[in-house]
Amino acid sequence: MNIVVCLKQVPGTTKVKIDPQTNTLIREGIENIVNPFDTYALEEGGRIKERCGGKVTAVSMGPPQAEEMLREAISTSADEAILLSDSTFAGSDTWATAYTLAKAIDKLEQCDLIICGRQTIDGDTGQVGPELAEILSLPFVAYVSKVEEIGNEYIRVRRMIEEGYEVIEMSLPAVITVVKEINVPRLPSLRGLARAKSATIPVWTAEELGVNKSMVGLSGSATRVVKIFFPQRVCRSEILQGDLESQVDTLVDKLREAKII
Amino acid sequence: MEYFLSEQQKTLKSLARRIAEERILPARAELDEREEFPWEIIKDLANADMFRIFIPEEYEGLGGGCLDLCLVVEELSRVCSGIAVSYAASALGGFALLEYGTETQKQKYLPDIAAGKKLTAFALTEPTAGSDASAIKATAERVKEGYIINGTKQFITNGGEAEIYTVIALTDKERGARGASTFLVEKDTPGFSFGKKEKKMGIRASSTRELIFRNCLVPEENMIGKEGMGFIMTLRILDRSRPGIGAQAVGLAQGALEAAVDYARQRIQFEHPIISLPVVQNMLADMAIEVEAARALTYAVARTVDSGAKHFTEEAAMAKVFASDIAMKVTTDAVQILGGAGYMKDYPVEKMMRDAKITQIYEGTNQVLRNTIAFELRKRKAMRE
Repeated sequence: MNIVVCLKQVPGTTKVKIDPQTNTLIREGIENIVNPFDTYALEEGGRIKERCGGKVTAVSMGPPQAEEMLREAISTSADEAILLSDSTFAGSDTWATAYTLAKAIDKLEQCDLIICGRQTIDGDTGQVGPELAEILSLPFVAYVSKVEEIGNEYIRVRRMIEEGYEVIEMSLPAVITVVKEINVPRLPSLRGLARAKSATIPVWTAEELGVNKSMVGLSGSATRVVKIFFPQRVCRSEILQGDLESQVDTLVDKLREAKII
Repeated sequence: MEYFLSEQQKTLKSLARRIAEERILPARAELDEREEFPWEIIKDLANADMFRIFIPEEYEGLGGGCLDLCLVVEELSRVCSGIAVSYAASALGGFALLEYGTETQKQKYLPDIAAGKKLTAFALTEPTAGSDASAIKATAERVKEGYIINGTKQFITNGGEAEIYTVIALTDKERGARGASTFLVEKDTPGFSFGKKEKKMGIRASSTRELIFRNCLVPEENMIGKEGMGFIMTLRILDRSRPGIGAQAVGLAQGALEAAVDYARQRIQFEHPIISLPVVQNMLADMAIEVEAARALTYAVARTVDSGAKHFTEEAAMAKVFASDIAMKVTTDAVQILGGAGYMKDYPVEKMMRDAKITQIYEGTNQVLRNTIAFELRKRKAMRE
């Protein structure tokens, strides 16, 4: 079973700043962590590998410093890791990201299962997983909380829904995104850390991936972040005067006026 | 302080700290309260390769030495000494095999110990043989099929939870200590059972239990070393493991010092944080000096062991005695600095104080070990004359 886990490096603090020109996050100079949801994806990949054999490949699109995160992935569950990095990828929206990841997965010889976290904690869109499935024309289930069964040609999963869960079976290869309820990610091992230190992490550029340059990065992005702002909350208060009867009447009038009742 | 640790040592120290903070810290109070053996955490330690550290590479270990083990024990103990000792006791239970086992015995047991699949325990103490270990009464009688063990071992760390027990028993009652031999006994051997689980003052997450042997037959190939070597072996094994108790004590004291500093910075009395009071500052300064001195001595002794020195009885005793006395003092002072809050179970220092006491008692009481040190001094003086 060849498993690909998609990871993203995200800012580790809440003190991120936004570039006023591009309206995207300024990632330089901020401590980075693995997107927490992706750690569950990686752990699940590791567990499936332990059950079925095979290997786990961690893939990330990001700046050169994302290599550090991929080494961390090797210290826990990944057998190998690939970094997709090219200046033309900068500013990608979820669609351009999914396109680039899909190109990398095409380039990998065989892939039976692709696992992503349900969403990132910086963009919070939850779109890359489903878009990836769409581009690769693979079946897809989101919010997976348990892999019930997995064989060579199928996977049966539990998917979280508002009130309970659904059990869905689909054919492989397939894409799933996972929720944090699925597992408790393991810590690195000493042998894993040694392996991670010496591992070679190939960097695939736009050219090596053979991507259509108009489909990656800012130019390949179908969406633009136009504005990011804190919603303004206006609070007004008014103290009603007079006897109880008239206060109630005024209150009812005002609530009608505000179209609340 | 710069201790010139190797890259590998820095890695295992920081990983041990991560396990301690992410896995042990949220669980320690409950494990202590419920006196529950920390199986989940033992599994985490096993997955992180922590049981491989003290096993040679040819048996699927990482080939680390005494210092490597001390670094891990210290980091675990900084958060929970009860869990640290369950881990360290598994090293102690494996030492006889590591040092004196045959190739076949090592191949059979060490890979499972390294993987953390099987814990070990070391069984010497008996109801009538504590400080006077030569007074053991358990016997191992030679028969055609091997040896039949009879007797009771008391206060055995990892008792009931470990799969492999290193048991010291007399093969020749007439010769006393010189008639003792060492055996490996597996958990499900017929005639081997467990007595009561002790309720303890501290290190409550660890298991301390009685081992009962009633006509327990072990095959000859389970004897480690030669007949009559058991007592000599025991003394050497304990010399090697004592720096580990030093490290446990250092970790405890470090944890207590940190808790005391944190509290003293936050606690406002007389309109200022109490850390601005000279009397509190003096206490904290002394605690910091003592913890660092204990750490320096423990690491130095561990390095002596790793240097391949043949005799380090005196040094090992020094590290254990000094660090454990410091742990008792520093944890007591930490409770004092936290005052009423420190006495309550909502804060961690009362547990640390309870946990510290045992480090002055087990693996040789500090009184007996001071005798040992004095004996070595006399011996050296006599040699000079």
